[in-house]
Amino acid sequence: MSTMNTVGRPTTPNKVESKPATLTGGRGLLQDEHLIFESDGWGKTGVDLPEPKGNGADLGELVRKDPIGLPGLSEPEAMRHYVRLSQKNHAIDLAIYPLGSCTMKHNPRLNEKMARLPGFSDIHPLQPQSTVQGALELMDQLAHWLKTLTGMPAVALSPKAGAHGELCGLMAIRAAHRAAGQGLRSENPRNKVLVPTSAHGTNPATAAFVGYTVVEVAQTDDGRVDVADLAAKLGPDVAAIMVTNPNTCGLFERDILEISRLTHEAGAYFYCDGANFNAIVGRVRPGDLGVDAMHINLHKTFSTPHGGGGPGAGPVVLSEALAPFAPAPWVVSGEGGFKLVEFAEGQAEQAFGRLCAFQGQMGMYVRALSYMMSHGSDGLRQVAEDAVLNANYIKARLQDLMSPAFPEGPCMHEALFDDEWLKGTEVTTLDFAKAMIDEGFHPMTMYFPLVVHGAMLIEPTETESKQELDRFIAAMRALAEAAKAGDVDRFKGAPFHAPLKRLDETRAARQPVLRWTAPEGSNIAAE
Amino acid sequence: MRFTKDHEWVRLEGDVATVGISKHAAEALGDVVFVETPEAGKSVSQGDSFAVVESVKAASDVYAPVSGEVVEGNAALASAPETVNADPEGEGWFAKIKVSDASQVDALMDRAAYDAFLATL
Amino acid sequence: MRYLPLTPDDRSAMLAATGAKSIDDLFVDVPQAARREGFVDLPRVAGELEVERTLGAMAAKNTAAGSVPFFCGAGAYRHHVPATVDHVIQRSEFLTSYTPYQPEIAQGTLQYLYEFQTQVANLTGMPVANASLYDGSTAMAEGVLMATRVTRRNKAVISGGVHPHYVAATETVVHAVGVETEVLAAAVDAEADVIGQIGPDTACVVVQTPNVFGTATDVTKIAEAAHAAGALLIVVVTEAVSMGLLKSPGEMGADIVAAEGQSIGNALNFGGPYVGLFACREKLIRQMPGRLCGETVDADGARGFVLTLSTREQHIRRDKATSNICTNSGLCTLAFTIHMSLLGETGLRKLALLNHETALATRDALAAIPGVEVLTPRFFNEFAVRLPTNATQVVDALAAKGVLAGVPYGRLAPAAGMDDILLVAATETTTEAHIAALKTALAEVL
Repeated sequence: MSTMNTVGRPTTPNKVESKPATLTGGRGLLQDEHLIFESDGWGKTGVDLPEPKGNGADLGELVRKDPIGLPGLSEPEAMRHYVRLSQKNHAIDLAIYPLGSCTMKHNPRLNEKMARLPGFSDIHPLQPQSTVQGALELMDQLAHWLKTLTGMPAVALSPKAGAHGELCGLMAIRAAHRAAGQGLRSENPRNKVLVPTSAHGTNPATAAFVGYTVVEVAQTDDGRVDVADLAAKLGPDVAAIMVTNPNTCGLFERDILEISRLTHEAGAYFYCDGANFNAIVGRVRPGDLGVDAMHINLHKTFSTPHGGGGPGAGPVVLSEALAPFAPAPWVVSGEGGFKLVEFAEGQAEQAFGRLCAFQGQMGMYVRALSYMMSHGSDGLRQVAEDAVLNANYIKARLQDLMSPAFPEGPCMHEALFDDEWLKGTEVTTLDFAKAMIDEGFHPMTMYFPLVVHGAMLIEPTETESKQELDRFIAAMRALAEAAKAGDVDRFKGAPFHAPLKRLDETRAARQPVLRWTAPEGSNIAAE
Repeated sequence: MRFTKDHEWVRLEGDVATVGISKHAAEALGDVVFVETPEAGKSVSQGDSFAVVESVKAASDVYAPVSGEVVEGNAALASAPETVNADPEGEGWFAKIKVSDASQVDALMDRAAYDAFLATL
Repeated sequence: MRYLPLTPDDRSAMLAATGAKSIDDLFVDVPQAARREGFVDLPRVAGELEVERTLGAMAAKNTAAGSVPFFCGAGAYRHHVPATVDHVIQRSEFLTSYTPYQPEIAQGTLQYLYEFQTQVANLTGMPVANASLYDGSTAMAEGVLMATRVTRRNKAVISGGVHPHYVAATETVVHAVGVETEVLAAAVDAEADVIGQIGPDTACVVVQTPNVFGTATDVTKIAEAAHAAGALLIVVVTEAVSMGLLKSPGEMGADIVAAEGQSIGNALNFGGPYVGLFACREKLIRQMPGRLCGETVDADGARGFVLTLSTREQHIRRDKATSNICTNSGLCTLAFTIHMSLLGETGLRKLALLNHETALATRDALAAIPGVEVLTPRFFNEFAVRLPTNATQVVDALAAKGVLAGVPYGRLAPAAGMDDILLVAATETTTEAHIAALKTALAEVL
């Protein structure tokens, strides 16, 4: 005798008008998660280790006695903790991440696989060089790709981030001037660096750090460097100019050849901030523009992951004039294979020493080379074209509702709007950005560059499909129309649908709380 | 009360000038979170940066509107920087300076001139 | 091309919307002389299979540390990283997210940074830590700069026990701003010389413990001497696991701790990316470089975290910033904090003891070889030996036998005249068989 399931149940939804709040604060898939310090795991550990034989008695009073204050989690608890945290982050893998100047392109997973090959990840920087020839070969290959793409004869690979690369480039320039008798402490010092008003903060910060006085160069009404102002400020006391091209307004500097000619005539060097290289890679070579030094953000143009803030990598391509002033170490290839040169003998006067321990961000070199090889020279040229096309498409589809900062002519890989179009609505750039969060999008870069009021800088990159761009444009248009129609609360209180609402940053700065502290009277170590 | 083009104000009493930033400047900065005031005894020249005021997203140098010697920096701002927002032209003063040349104050804008200046920005 | 979603039809439609006739119209601002037709002289697009083959071939030419007896340290240490760590850092929301400038949609990143800061502060025994710098060597440089700002003095006294790469990286940067460095002679017990060099013009004293020769030192007296002279003590630590067994820098009186966090959560990676740990005393907070994460509340009163005290940084202060730093170590920082959460204090102490005991066993094995002199009396997991001949030659000979025996000090500092000194490290990944292989091979070569 067989039994069947004879009891059915409802299979169409009930219609219920009310929307009750939850009883415990949970919200469907989204979980709240306490700090690891609040889960009472002071004695726990999620790592199985053999028992040590002793207790370090041979080290006497050097042994740490008091509790350290580090809670532990079993593996299941750890997975839950970090997966719950991850759910509160926006990411490129979720939607277009249109941060201007950041180049939030897709991060190919092949790069992750290659970086994790034991032959790359499990090698020590100071192993005998004969045992790491493949690693040196990779660095040599990466250098070759970077030099060829930029049309420059030399590259310093070791800087650990873009700003670190700026430091490298300016220090090479400083060393070059000193070698020519025009150092900062000489009789005819070149002690000024010219920086456009639209520059990223790292530019003047780096120049000032290296000992230069920063002199600002004006911008024309169409968003470019004012060449007349530049020419007036160039002189025998100028060490270098620092220009971003395409610039931070997303525009190609049309007069770039004139700018570099004037700079060189004045005996100064041309440092180029390469943050926006994605717009021109494969189509234009900075070497052809007269650049002397340019850092390349591997985590921008060459897709190494942004990882919530790092790690970066900022190799610097160098002209013939500056090549002798690159820091150690570097890779040379010869009959005996590849050699890592760690000390600049012979060039001891010229090179300015190492910038960091070991040889730089190898893990990022592997990822970047994997990306470059995957695209090839034809793919990379297409990258620049699609990046520029995507940005212009967004500009074209939004410019009737929002005000482009520089409406005349095409933009490059990013479209810049000001807040002129919001005048009279009570909605600010900040409010608009927070409302984008409710619609499911990470906001564009806001209030940068400083030269444009209420700036909104949108960089889609080439890895966005037309469908995703249209989805984004539709949301932006709907929001723009809502702002103009006076739907102010939507913006002022946004975001309403994110894991948290707007945060009190004033409080965080006035009363800084930078760590969890054990409650009074507990015996857990903490200051 | 007199004002500078960099939005500082000065109130001279005898030969001591009390100095701060104007309401316009305080509003432009947003919520003030930190103020670096000068130490007593420091000498300043007109136009030198002598203090720094910070909000969450901005930092601004404050320039000495007059030359002289700092008599007192406003220590209360260390624990209550929000005073600069609440009362920028009163309790939110930054420093008191013993002036070396009182005529420097006369040359600055009065309230009407400063308001007119603000309208041009 | 697999990473480019636009189709030819998409491109035509989009070009039409922009009003441009061709893609070249959008590049109209590029000067004629700089325009390049055709493709740069590099290989064309390659599929995954081809890229894997090419890069795989390069990787195969390298000797992976885990495939042989391995004893290299000198600032980078091979530890076992639990499988969870690498899995979690590859989650989309961590791998492909940006710096948490929009905190409402970045609480994942911000909360782990807050937890990281607390772990680093507690590990180093200091009140507060930042959200990481690039690595230990640049953290040391930043520490020296910070000390000169705080003390308004211009000289750094650097112990001869500090890693030579760290000294070089620091000097590159601090000399650029006119800070003087006095680097004391390299010696296994270099810390003994430091106090005598502190003067009224000293901004900071920099000491590494365990030092590059492995010597573990109680630097409390150095801290007292520095403070008496109005100087700061900077303690450098290149092996973070050591703080699981040894007295913390904070307990010994450090004002600034500049450490390398690679040992926890991060692979050797041929030198990078690594993670700089930076901690300091409470009153120095506003002079700290790098990102800082702080606690606050949102509009509904719910607890949340934000980047804070940003006015120290370059994007606001520009030419008046404390440093030009923009990035931190992101994923490496996350890897550190996950591994540390899995270990917990219990696991960390055990791990540290295992490291120490394995190194003791290695020391005993080498001390038994005629001609090998162990130089370091008290160490954590690394020690120095003097060989009867050039250490680089010995290391190369051992490499040919399939043993990676350690790092010759001469590789770090060829001009120091210490070419017969070898730095030997052992961790929980070192086995008895490895130690036996090292002993046998070394005895053969000498």
